[in-house]
Amino acid sequence: MAVRKNQADLTATEKRNFVDAVLELKRSGRYDEFISTHNAFIIGDTDEGERTGHRSPSFLPWHRRFLLQFEQALQSVTPSVMLPYWDWTVDRTPRSSLWADDFLGGDGRVGDGRVTSGPFAFTSGKWPMNIRVDGRTFLRRSLGAGVRELPTRAEVDRVLAMTVYDAAPWNSSSDSFRNNIEGWRGPNLHNRVHVWVGGQMTTGASPNDPVFWLHHCFIDKLWADWQRMHPKSGYLPTGNTPDVIDLHDTMKPWNDVTPADLLDHTKFYTYG
Amino acid sequence: MSRPTRRQVLYGSAAAVTGAVLAAPAAFADTAARPAAGHGDSAGHGHPAGHGPSGGHQMAEPFDEVYQGRHIEGWPSEDGGHGGHHAGRSAGPHEGMDFVVRIDNDDLHVMRNADGTWISLVNHYETFTTPRALARAAVRELQGADLVPVVTG
Repeated sequence: MAVRKNQADLTATEKRNFVDAVLELKRSGRYDEFISTHNAFIIGDTDEGERTGHRSPSFLPWHRRFLLQFEQALQSVTPSVMLPYWDWTVDRTPRSSLWADDFLGGDGRVGDGRVTSGPFAFTSGKWPMNIRVDGRTFLRRSLGAGVRELPTRAEVDRVLAMTVYDAAPWNSSSDSFRNNIEGWRGPNLHNRVHVWVGGQMTTGASPNDPVFWLHHCFIDKLWADWQRMHPKSGYLPTGNTPDVIDLHDTMKPWNDVTPADLLDHTKFYTYG
Repeated sequence: MSRPTRRQVLYGSAAAVTGAVLAAPAAFADTAARPAAGHGDSAGHGHPAGHGPSGGHQMAEPFDEVYQGRHIEGWPSEDGGHGGHHAGRSAGPHEGMDFVVRIDNDDLHVMRNADGTWISLVNHYETFTTPRALARAAVRELQGADLVPVVTG
């Protein structure tokens, strides 16, 4: 069975294979298709209108499918590559090996936030910002500037203890596990990590920073952890809910996959 | 992608004039308070008081000011003046709640949350109490860069 590992446990070869596959998707143009898809849902998902990718119950299954698609694209380059996850409750400083030059590269420099080291630095010439919200063409980060601290394990545990998957009005004001992990309510888990990284990660075009995938892989793992802790708590809502994805509704943009199809991640991978 | 209607169509409106007149003292006060404000509205620090789940549907105030050398302005728009509606998906009804924000005449996509807070495409994962606070945060984030039209889907 394919295993998604903690990024801290990757071998040098696994890191290199992951980075090389990401760079190859960028070179071929496929990477930017993922950014523009994500951007489209970021803009289109609204609290009082149709919502699929964000601020709604299908936030978790939508991103699970999105990550699977990206992982399959990586595997079309190098079949052995799996997405790693970033446990930001443990690796919570800019000194983490995550940000080393043999993996995702470092923090942005003072002044303009430009990442100047590692495979995704502007000077490498391999990581242009083609899908962007402003004129800057280089990857940026400002680790810990937008918000000082990443979520703690205690905060994660508080959210994992919630027993109801999601609740009306099924948007960013819901009192539920999904909305607390997404971060619009409670200790703010997912959203805060985007802000902590800074740069493109704070924007609608956040997949421009490859750490997007490692962050969402951990969110996906936390969903799996929650399911194991609450075997009687299923996906909600289950039917006839306007504007949101019910358990057996298909999700755009694929239109052939439902949350029910994605509840059991072990059909696709396991977490190491 | 269609460009929004131009600013000049609103110049004659009472709302725009009122906004411009009010902007000067407000801008002065906010500039003085800015270092403490920072990202005070940001995610990770709960949500602003006074905006419950039913935070009301009153529209935010128009504004028009120069902030850190950038011209920022915002006003309510019934016609949903934003670009960014993409093929294949309905953006859904907005109940007339669209709000246009521009930085140096470039459109900044913004969205109102159910609790009455706001997010923008530049600061998408943190909330702000008003479109003006959101526009100022975007100016700080842009560091002089221009907004560019958004590519989606």
